[in-house]
Amino acid sequence: MNLRWDEFIVTGDPLILGAQISIVLVSIALVFGLTYFKKWGWLWRDWITSVDHKKIGIMYIIAALLMLFRGGVDALLMRIQLAAPEMEFLSAQHYNEIFTTHGTIMIIFMAMPFLIGLMNVVVPLQIGARDVAFPFLNNLSFWTFFVGAMLFNISFVVGGSPSAGWTSYVPMAGNELSPGPGQNYYLLGLQISGIGTLLTGINFIVTILKMRTKGMTLFRMPMFTWTTLITSLIITFAFPVLTVSLALMTFDRLFGTHFFTLADGGMPMLWANLFWIWGHPEVYIVILPAFGIFSEIITTFARKTLFGYKAMVGSVVIISCLSFLVWVHHFYTMGSGAAVNSFFSITTMMISIPTGVKIFNWLFTMYKGRISFKQPMLWSIAFIPNFVIGGVTGVMLAMAAADYQYHNTYFLVSHFHYVLIAGTVFACFAGLVFWYPKMFGHKLNEKIGQWAFWLFMIGFNVCFFPQYFLGLDGMPRRTFSYLPEEGWFSLNFISTVGAFVMGLGFLIFVYNVYYSFRHSARETSGDCWGSGRTLEWATSSAIPPFYNFAVLPEVRTIDPYWHMKEDGQESQKEEDYKPIHMPSNTGLGFIMSVFLGISGFGLVFEWYWIGLVGVILTFACMIYRSFQQDDGYYVPVEKIKETERHASV
Amino acid sequence: MLRRLKSWTVFGMIALVMAGCSAPTVLQPKGPVASQQSDLIIFSIIFMLTIVAVVFVLLVVILLKYRDRKENPNYDPDHEGNIWLEVVWTVIPVIIVIALSIPTVQTIYSLEEPPEATRDKEPLVVHATSVNWKWIFSYPEQDIETVNYLNIPVDQPILFKLTSADSMAALWIPQLGGQKYNMAGMQTQLYLQADHEGTFAGRNANFTGEGFEAQRFDVNAISEEEFEDWVEETHETAPELTQAEYDLKLMIPGHVDEMTFKGTHLDWIDHATSGSYALEARERLGYEERNPNSKAPEKELIDPNTLEYYTNPESREEEESSEHEGHVAEETDGEHASDSEHSH
Repeated sequence: MNLRWDEFIVTGDPLILGAQISIVLVSIALVFGLTYFKKWGWLWRDWITSVDHKKIGIMYIIAALLMLFRGGVDALLMRIQLAAPEMEFLSAQHYNEIFTTHGTIMIIFMAMPFLIGLMNVVVPLQIGARDVAFPFLNNLSFWTFFVGAMLFNISFVVGGSPSAGWTSYVPMAGNELSPGPGQNYYLLGLQISGIGTLLTGINFIVTILKMRTKGMTLFRMPMFTWTTLITSLIITFAFPVLTVSLALMTFDRLFGTHFFTLADGGMPMLWANLFWIWGHPEVYIVILPAFGIFSEIITTFARKTLFGYKAMVGSVVIISCLSFLVWVHHFYTMGSGAAVNSFFSITTMMISIPTGVKIFNWLFTMYKGRISFKQPMLWSIAFIPNFVIGGVTGVMLAMAAADYQYHNTYFLVSHFHYVLIAGTVFACFAGLVFWYPKMFGHKLNEKIGQWAFWLFMIGFNVCFFPQYFLGLDGMPRRTFSYLPEEGWFSLNFISTVGAFVMGLGFLIFVYNVYYSFRHSARETSGDCWGSGRTLEWATSSAIPPFYNFAVLPEVRTIDPYWHMKEDGQESQKEEDYKPIHMPSNTGLGFIMSVFLGISGFGLVFEWYWIGLVGVILTFACMIYRSFQQDDGYYVPVEKIKETERHASV
Repeated sequence: MLRRLKSWTVFGMIALVMAGCSAPTVLQPKGPVASQQSDLIIFSIIFMLTIVAVVFVLLVVILLKYRDRKENPNYDPDHEGNIWLEVVWTVIPVIIVIALSIPTVQTIYSLEEPPEATRDKEPLVVHATSVNWKWIFSYPEQDIETVNYLNIPVDQPILFKLTSADSMAALWIPQLGGQKYNMAGMQTQLYLQADHEGTFAGRNANFTGEGFEAQRFDVNAISEEEFEDWVEETHETAPELTQAEYDLKLMIPGHVDEMTFKGTHLDWIDHATSGSYALEARERLGYEERNPNSKAPEKELIDPNTLEYYTNPESREEEESSEHEGHVAEETDGEHASDSEHSH
């Protein structure tokens, strides 16, 4: 790559200059703060090297919230640019970079990690396990994700961001039309974090299949555990496709191969197919866990058994199978022919059947219940009508002949925000608020939380509902501007107002975290909401001890904790305590990921020797790890007694 | 079926007007293709509104009736299912999917062919080629090429042969019908037709980079006589299209005004069979795609009249034959070794 020295740092835009200054200031403040309060050791011992699934989960969620902020700022910048016709707030190139990073960050670095974070915190507890099956891999998963995300994020200040859209269609994303480091950041950032996701998928399959406590049969598993299992299976099937396609495009860009190029027999259409063979299951990777979260919350706050448990499990399984059979609906307009388009129209519409079953099952879970409208429940209830709007417009998009008119328009943009925000983002908030006391020992303030909810939910509808009409009126997506005579001003302006209301809702949510940390009452029992049903509420204290359960619970029914409470058998006896085997912390996951990050950074700029050194060091770590003799340690009974007494105070 | 759809269209229009807004572009079709799609859209909207209404009503009723109160006489914590209800809400969606699939598949198949009403007429063939960020329309039978505008006769099917010279684009004229992709090295087909005279907006709907927003064109639907006149007039007045001009003005990324030429580029290149022509032309003329963050000064293009490639057709033939032997590999690392070859 012929990169001049003055092209290395992005300059010339006041917005980016502001970002650069704030990055430097925040970094200085962090280093200073950690040094001043002598927290470096704490950070390393308790967090960076931790293999505790709860802590890894918390780190995932914090990272995802940061990414939500970054992606949200991107969104607001775009909405300002589109607020009125012919705005000159962003240039076309800058706008293209921003919508590319917005999409990539929200899907890969926000939605998925947020859900994986919640899975980490909750799933081992729900199945009555002490940790995941492979605690070291779990730590490695987090750090590869985090390093990949950081590599992708620095692109906007160092070298320049990708600008070919999160789908990176070739030939646009190829060297000929997108030279420079931007697209390489996309390829390597996703590649590195993709390792983490694949490891997580394998880890959770094994954890759920092998680590369940006594009596927890598959059909006694909570819905969130079920959806996590199915999601992990989808990840394990779909992510290798992404890994390979990213590698092929990387070869095209760095080493001059011709998989997707225009010249010499390359085939750009192949990329679109490969991308969506991963990309469509990916949509279900971020929605199925959300379904699980809503199931948990709705049963807890309606104080009722889930309606049609087996149908719920069955529909998740059917959805996961269908998710691999619909990818062509992302490019009906590619001219695959009537038979192909008809086939994919029908398979796509079929997905609405199991999804509809789930919607009605949730509704009837509340039937004959005693519904209390706490924050988590509000997010979950709001999910139903909003997601149905997203779902029915999805069916409209599935009809290929009509899709020729919706494709690439704001109709589509609105549809996928309706399913991804009302589905995934609402679930992330709902799950975070619901399990917040499990992570931090106190609840989020109810009143402030409800403000955040209402603002975000109303803002969301104000922002995205008008976009359906913009789409039908012919406004294409990814356009950085439009003409006054096109008549799209008023709806766009309303949409922008809605986006800012959502932003305000998010800020209030963040403020609530601070406020509740200072003022909320500390929880005294493990069953923080008083109507917990599953095992995560059966721990001896709000924040479970690092080994989760002093004595692993035995399960006889679905919703085991609910029935334990009914039968009055919640408490554990001290004489049952036995030494507990736990894994040791390790810094190797972090170190390996940093090496991978260095390698990725080198390859972005085509400095091959850096890339090579990073890869060699990563392999060295792997070899070192495979000779490491560390089988973990035992927690003695005395230590357990002491911890439990502390906890139950 | 169609007649029923039509009456629903009217119903939908009334609903929209009652809602206080004029129908959006896609629902104001000006040709048979767009009408079919608009009918299908309205047909599906009616189903969807029904589904939404059922869910919303059910949700509100349940929330009101079973909210936590001092006394909840109906509270039944162990109530966990009802096989008949579950059968009902599985079977009804299945029926809805079937009801939507039938007209969908019918329409998909019918859009692959010229519109039914004018099937006896020979379609007008137009090659629509997208190149960053322009539209080139070639009328092979009329031997005319236009840039960024399109003249078509009304009541005659237009068969678009779509391709691209570089990035993937999508030809979309919302009021005449849905879009289809233009892809370099490939050809897709799209039938459209206008029933009404007028000027309709057309555009590229698929993101192609920096100049994407302005990659638009006007479609003038005119009467058959007017079209004939225009063809004749163009043959008399329009300049001849040369390869040098084609490469310099159209193959280099950027925007241009509307243009009209006699002759088409199909005489020497069909982008549908040679996907890398534009990239080669750019290399010949010394155009270099820039890293958007680049601060290096922009290079000046080479005047095609100084290149032997354009002035001496024989050299071109030689080169093409060597190309077939596989010597001209695409330069991907930014070095332009072959540039000097061309220019000397």
